[in-house]
Amino acid sequence: MTSVLQAVGICKRFGALEASRDITLDLRAGEIHALIGPNGAGKSTLIQQIAGWLTPDAGRVLLGGADITALTPAQRARKGLGRTFQISALAMQDTVLQNAVLGALGAGGKLSLFGSALAPGPLRDRAEAALLRVGLQDQRAARVSDLSHGQRRQLEVAVALTLSPKAFVMDEPMAGLGAEGSRDITALLDSLRAEAPILLVEHDMDAVFALADRISVLVYGAIIATGTVAEIRADPEVRRAYLGEEA
Amino acid sequence: MREHWVNIALVAGLIAFPAYALWVDEPFLITLATRAVILALAGVGLNIALGIGGLVSLGHAVFFGLGGYAMGILASHAQTFDPIYAGAFTINGTKSMPVIWLVAIATSAIAALAIGALSLRTTGVYFIMITLAFGQMFFYFAISWPAYGGEDGLSIYVRNGFPGLNALVPIQFYALCLVLLFAALALHWQIARSPFGLALNAARQSSVRVETVGIAPYRLRLIAFTISGMVTGLAGALFADLNRFVSPTMFSWQFSGEIMVFVIIGGVARLFGPVVGAVLFITLEHSLGGLSDYWLIYLGALLLGIVLFARGGIIGVIAGRGGHD
Repeated sequence: MTSVLQAVGICKRFGALEASRDITLDLRAGEIHALIGPNGAGKSTLIQQIAGWLTPDAGRVLLGGADITALTPAQRARKGLGRTFQISALAMQDTVLQNAVLGALGAGGKLSLFGSALAPGPLRDRAEAALLRVGLQDQRAARVSDLSHGQRRQLEVAVALTLSPKAFVMDEPMAGLGAEGSRDITALLDSLRAEAPILLVEHDMDAVFALADRISVLVYGAIIATGTVAEIRADPEVRRAYLGEEA
Repeated sequence: MREHWVNIALVAGLIAFPAYALWVDEPFLITLATRAVILALAGVGLNIALGIGGLVSLGHAVFFGLGGYAMGILASHAQTFDPIYAGAFTINGTKSMPVIWLVAIATSAIAALAIGALSLRTTGVYFIMITLAFGQMFFYFAISWPAYGGEDGLSIYVRNGFPGLNALVPIQFYALCLVLLFAALALHWQIARSPFGLALNAARQSSVRVETVGIAPYRLRLIAFTISGMVTGLAGALFADLNRFVSPTMFSWQFSGEIMVFVIIGGVARLFGPVVGAVLFITLEHSLGGLSDYWLIYLGALLLGIVLFARGGIIGVIAGRGGHD
């Protein structure tokens, strides 16, 4: 299967701490690849390097076969890397629609000083389509600060969708959600894999086991195992290091 | 009451004010109102950077001063018939307001672009300090520039001209300044609703979000800072024309602070926030300034009250939620 996103030999050190130790992983078309591991394993550091917020000491990041290691986060987004955050990074005082239109603007819209950003047209259509896709179409006029936590998660996904990404990188999309919210986001992510593969960092193991085609386990900055759900569940080293014996 | 109606009331009040001044037989009030309108224009300029872009600039007096000195230099050479430059070609001074305005805007734009290009590489308190440092550089340069009056400033004996108007008549100069204020307000309104404004406003709230959708916040902020400087520069040229005098105090950091106070009192990111702030400032200065030299204490108390209890400024109190509150 074709690799859409690849991290090859990523190394990152903060002083004496080795946060990423020669990490190689790939995200294939149509899959959800979950990255799991205990707190402090280096998952967020790896995600930050893939998305361009941290520069690796060594290694490369490839998107659609093109080397994007030297690109800024904004340039990576324009190349088709859609990102959501553990803590919602949205324009909280703006409306849901304004946030979605912002995504559409980044996807090739013109940052013109003229006209209205919310006027009917391709930008608005793209934003509305993304809101419809995540089920937030009736909330378009609501301020983001007035949304529930789960709705903000949905909006993050909608904004990433407006970019028509080649790949999604999602950092704990279920964080802080109740059971119902987790179920909604799980269903949403499940339906997204056909549009673009998802590299998913998540602590909610029920969601991970329900969604992931493959799982990589990161411990102390190194990947100790990669495989299907069944393979990871059965891996004795993973059980010892992360899942526990009852998993 | 909706902000829309507050704005309409303010426009009506600004248009009708000269009639009131003439009715109460106090033509001096028109000059006072002209001062308020010009200071509001400077505030509208800052509000583009501060209100939409969240750029807390303590150096906007640079652009105000540059606009003022553009007027002072051009007009002083015109009144002495002494060319500004005589070499391979000649550059003469001028008493034409439209030409002076264009020079003031262009000069401010170049300065804002250069200052912004450096200072926008920083954020937060560092950005504030760098803009403040630029302000002080221009302030001390003006003091040490004897060709144009140095510390004493530069007097212009006759008000500059505008085709078809007698700008020496207070009501005509007021009308001219008011039209420019309305044009600047229209510019702010258009920027705020445009795709550029949407992205700039989002960058103020979450720089990470904007980068994550593929937009570089630095470019947005630099453009906004430059436009903001241009508007404030125009205000400086008008202020110099009103007083027929320019001095280094136009570059002072205190003045940068005053413009910011207009915006905060009126309401940050509120379209008419700087107008309310400037009008209130001039009103307090006029009404309390005669009673006490320490009238700024009352302004300080008002500012404190607004920052603590009314984050949307006076317009926020009247019109409710909006802007940044």
